[in-house]
Amino acid sequence: MGLLSKKDTRLILDPLADDNPITIQVLGICSALAITAQLKPSIVMAVSVIFVLGLGNVVISLMRNIIPSKIRIIVQLIVVATLVIIVDQVLKAFAYELSKELSVFIGLIITNCIIMGRFEAFALGNGPWKAFLDGVGNALGYGVILIIVGFFRELLGSGTLFGFKVLGDSVEKTGLYAIGYENNGFMVLPPMALIVVGIIIWVQRSRNSALIEEN
Amino acid sequence: MAVNKDKNSYTMIFAVIMVLVVGTLLAGFSSGLKPMIKANEKFEKQQNILYAMGVNDNQGTGDVAFITTDRVADAFKTYIKEQLIIEGPTASQNDKAYLIDVKKEGAKAKKAGYQRKLPLFIGEKDGEKLYIMPVRGKGLWDAIWGFVAVDKTMTVQGVYFDHKGETPGLGAEIKQRYFMDDFIGEKLLEGSTYKGIKVAKGNNDPKNLIKDDYEVDALAGATITGDGVSAMLKKDIAMYVPYFKTLNN
Repeated sequence: MGLLSKKDTRLILDPLADDNPITIQVLGICSALAITAQLKPSIVMAVSVIFVLGLGNVVISLMRNIIPSKIRIIVQLIVVATLVIIVDQVLKAFAYELSKELSVFIGLIITNCIIMGRFEAFALGNGPWKAFLDGVGNALGYGVILIIVGFFRELLGSGTLFGFKVLGDSVEKTGLYAIGYENNGFMVLPPMALIVVGIIIWVQRSRNSALIEEN
Repeated sequence: MAVNKDKNSYTMIFAVIMVLVVGTLLAGFSSGLKPMIKANEKFEKQQNILYAMGVNDNQGTGDVAFITTDRVADAFKTYIKEQLIIEGPTASQNDKAYLIDVKKEGAKAKKAGYQRKLPLFIGEKDGEKLYIMPVRGKGLWDAIWGFVAVDKTMTVQGVYFDHKGETPGLGAEIKQRYFMDDFIGEKLLEGSTYKGIKVAKGNNDPKNLIKDDYEVDALAGATITGDGVSAMLKKDIAMYVPYFKTLNN
């Protein structure tokens, strides 16, 4: 590949599976539980985090040689907060409905441990291009899990995808509901998100035994 | 050029520059996007007012569906015939009445001698005149607010509630249709005394078939939010009662 060296490709691809921030590093769980009741907010959250983490990593990486080490955590926090406020304002201006739905969770990106974690662990020690790839990769890894969880929770919990009734109408008993299928209300609640994440971790580890820690 | 990054002066200068840069950037974004955000908030308010008077895209018993943003400005013009600002005994027409900030008015009204401005929207739907009033109060965690549409006998024809941060699944359910629809048909006046509507537990009327008991069925697990709704209706709508009395005389 011309643009991406082998190492660069791994920066993007590793967090998608074998070094996934949610399922392997178990970071960013709170938001993964909170916003995945439907597919649409999951995707918006994923896109917002890709933006914040990709750009944030670059900014931190560019400043890595001038940041005074005494206040580096505060500097990182300011960078995340700034980017998050920008995302929040842009959503309010161009996707108002969505920003109401995500309201507090956008603000909570600031506290998403994946972001501070990548700043501290990667961006402070690597160049901007690598940091960008690492940021996008990790955010994608986070987003993939969000979207998988959101897909199952919306499908099984509400019988819809993106709000479309894919399984028929639960009130008028059409489609699958005609033969006695019922939505699982539990899927809409946060505990079920944890269980879905758990199942993903289980599937992933059973397919790749290298991921299992030895005790 | 070697700079000693461990020096306190370096840290201070870095912090100051950082704050200045970030501050300027955010201020720029904020003022650049403000007109669009304001417009969105205006549309939302119009959607809420129209929703309360029954102009919405609701289907069957499903979710709350507002009239879409691209149609709302026209619909608002079509359905809302008059906008009034009530100040004490006088009511004056004002097309910007819906932009009155109920929260700010409520805060100002605490000062003695301030005449609170009360916005009132008069809409017409299916040949019937509806009077829509904003309400605002406190839930469990944060503010709750809404709009109540009544006819001239102060019988509720529709409501819309919203909240800032009530518990999802519990207090946040006040903005669900199964709760809001219960208010339709409830009376606010008993004879000529103002009673309000209580969000009541144990009123033996879960389906809310009795419409003249001044009560609607409460939400399980949302006692304080429900009490907040009762209080907000009682307090805020009471201020409009004198206007309705002049209307019916």
